[in-house]
Amino acid sequence: MRLLELDGVSKIFGGLHAVRSVSIGVEKGEIFGLIGPNGAGKTTLFNVITGVYRADGGRVMFDGRNISGSSPAQIAAAGIGRTFQNIRLFRSMTAEQNVMVAGHRLHRAGLLSAIFRNQGHAEDEARLLGRAKELLEALGLAKHAGDLASSLPYGSQRRLEIARALMLSPQLLLLDEPAAGMNSQEARDLETQIRWLARELGVTVVLVEHNMSVVMSVCDRVHVLDHGESIADGPPSVVKQDPKVLAAYLGQEIEPASAAPSASAGSTE
Amino acid sequence: MTSAAPVTLAPPRWALRAAVGVVGVSVLFGVSSALEAGLLEYVQRIILLAGINVILAVSLNLINGTTGQFSIGHAGFMAIGAYASAFAGVQLAPLWQGVFGPGVLADGVTFNLALLLGALFAGLSGLLVGLPSLRLRGDYLAIVTLGFGEIIRILFNNAQFLGAATGYFGDSPAGLPAYTNVFWVYFWAFCVMIAIWNLTFSQTGRSLLAIREDEIAAEAMATPTTRLKILAFSISAAGAGIAGGLFAHMQNGIRPEDFRFDKSIDMIVMIIVGGLGSVSGAALGGVFVAVSLELMRDLHEYRLVLYALLLIVIMLVRPEGLLGQRELPHLLAGLWRRRRASAEVAR
Repeated sequence: MRLLELDGVSKIFGGLHAVRSVSIGVEKGEIFGLIGPNGAGKTTLFNVITGVYRADGGRVMFDGRNISGSSPAQIAAAGIGRTFQNIRLFRSMTAEQNVMVAGHRLHRAGLLSAIFRNQGHAEDEARLLGRAKELLEALGLAKHAGDLASSLPYGSQRRLEIARALMLSPQLLLLDEPAAGMNSQEARDLETQIRWLARELGVTVVLVEHNMSVVMSVCDRVHVLDHGESIADGPPSVVKQDPKVLAAYLGQEIEPASAAPSASAGSTE
Repeated sequence: MTSAAPVTLAPPRWALRAAVGVVGVSVLFGVSSALEAGLLEYVQRIILLAGINVILAVSLNLINGTTGQFSIGHAGFMAIGAYASAFAGVQLAPLWQGVFGPGVLADGVTFNLALLLGALFAGLSGLLVGLPSLRLRGDYLAIVTLGFGEIIRILFNNAQFLGAATGYFGDSPAGLPAYTNVFWVYFWAFCVMIAIWNLTFSQTGRSLLAIREDEIAAEAMATPTTRLKILAFSISAAGAGIAGGLFAHMQNGIRPEDFRFDKSIDMIVMIIVGGLGSVSGAALGGVFVAVSLELMRDLHEYRLVLYALLLIVIMLVRPEGLLGQRELPHLLAGLWRRRRASAEVAR
């Protein structure tokens, strides 16, 4: 069953077609890679899915419902969690508090219950704190629970974003370059964690990533974008060989007939 | 050890709270009666103003400090609370005097109902102002509240049934009844502080902080940002309304001039001096502004010059305010733990 389905989604910024009629289907339980050169429209697509941008064409179906036009908060509540390429943690809050913020599904007590500090409030806090601690533990952040988010090392900040998104108990998790800035050991740990959350938590994962060893190692299927258009879709081993993908990443051999010493895309190296 | 678990006969939570409440109110009553008997009226007035400032600062801090949405027209909500409760007090007084007979009881009931009505009106106007302006991300609230504060003042300046520019003095020639005393001011100051403290340290408070820290990320975590911003703003306005009601019944009348733009600025000074985002810091800042302005009264026209200099010095020495984003109780608890730890080591 398809959990996420993009149907001819387009996004235009002024004269720039950032995403042009992209159709993607993500199966439930899959780890799905979304790759492409810089400026291919990957993050734009994430922003369209999560409601930060409104698509200029096409529609986004999640779990059988059309979510195009819903607000980011509604989409998050419906079960799509995400992380951000340029880390967006709540910097002056502790790691634990960062995670707890996303725990709206565990938050049952109302405002008056908080003001009067009744039993409901106490249970609420215990529930939120308990789940937050579990997630921090799972992502190897237990020792940082009480530290300010801004004081964490870069790689831990990325993992904290994942823990926070998981607090939503999402069905679908969008990870925007989770391995950026990580060293190779951290990246390997991340691979394990991504597999863990897909297999153990049953979360479907869509991953934007430039670190190809991570993509090739964890993804069941890969979709390649270039200049806002889909150019390939399939298992990593197949996509890797696709001439169009190679061309997009490395540039294209210019036909000998029209070979001119032009300063086009760097295909020399 | 575990086999002989002590049988605890802990009283239920509500009973403990009721006990703490009764003891607290009695202590407050004793202290305020002693102060009223033993202190000059002038000193009492400063104590009253300090308490009212605490309410103003703690309420304003909820929206400006915790939620990070800048309101610069809170004098407007204070004015609405002041006028609404003064007017309600005048209308309600005969009714309750009829029920209980003239005396402390009737006055107390009238006064507190009037304060609550003032808070209600201020809170509702907060809702009205917040609904359109808090839907947007950014500094729109500052612009709208700036205008709102002035509009409210000009409205009261022209409202004939509320005395227009002369001010509202009630129906009797003696002016508004002076219900406000140390007990009621600090009773309400504690209620507002406790309510806002509990709100701040709950899931709602964490969500408000998250909005301040990164609104886009907060939305992506399913936080209903618009609803929470409007909620915080309305609560903040209601708090200012209570302060306005206490202020109104402290003197024999209120004038639109009492709620000029500089009153809003005063409130912002309180929370910035105390530490933007800290509940206890805001309370300290409120006391600081009341006391420092009075201490400098003998300097006459140089007072505001020195006041400005003082603020500049504070901003240079402690740009994060007295407490920064920390809370006094947390700091004291930390100090206590460290002292105990070092005592253990010494032993």
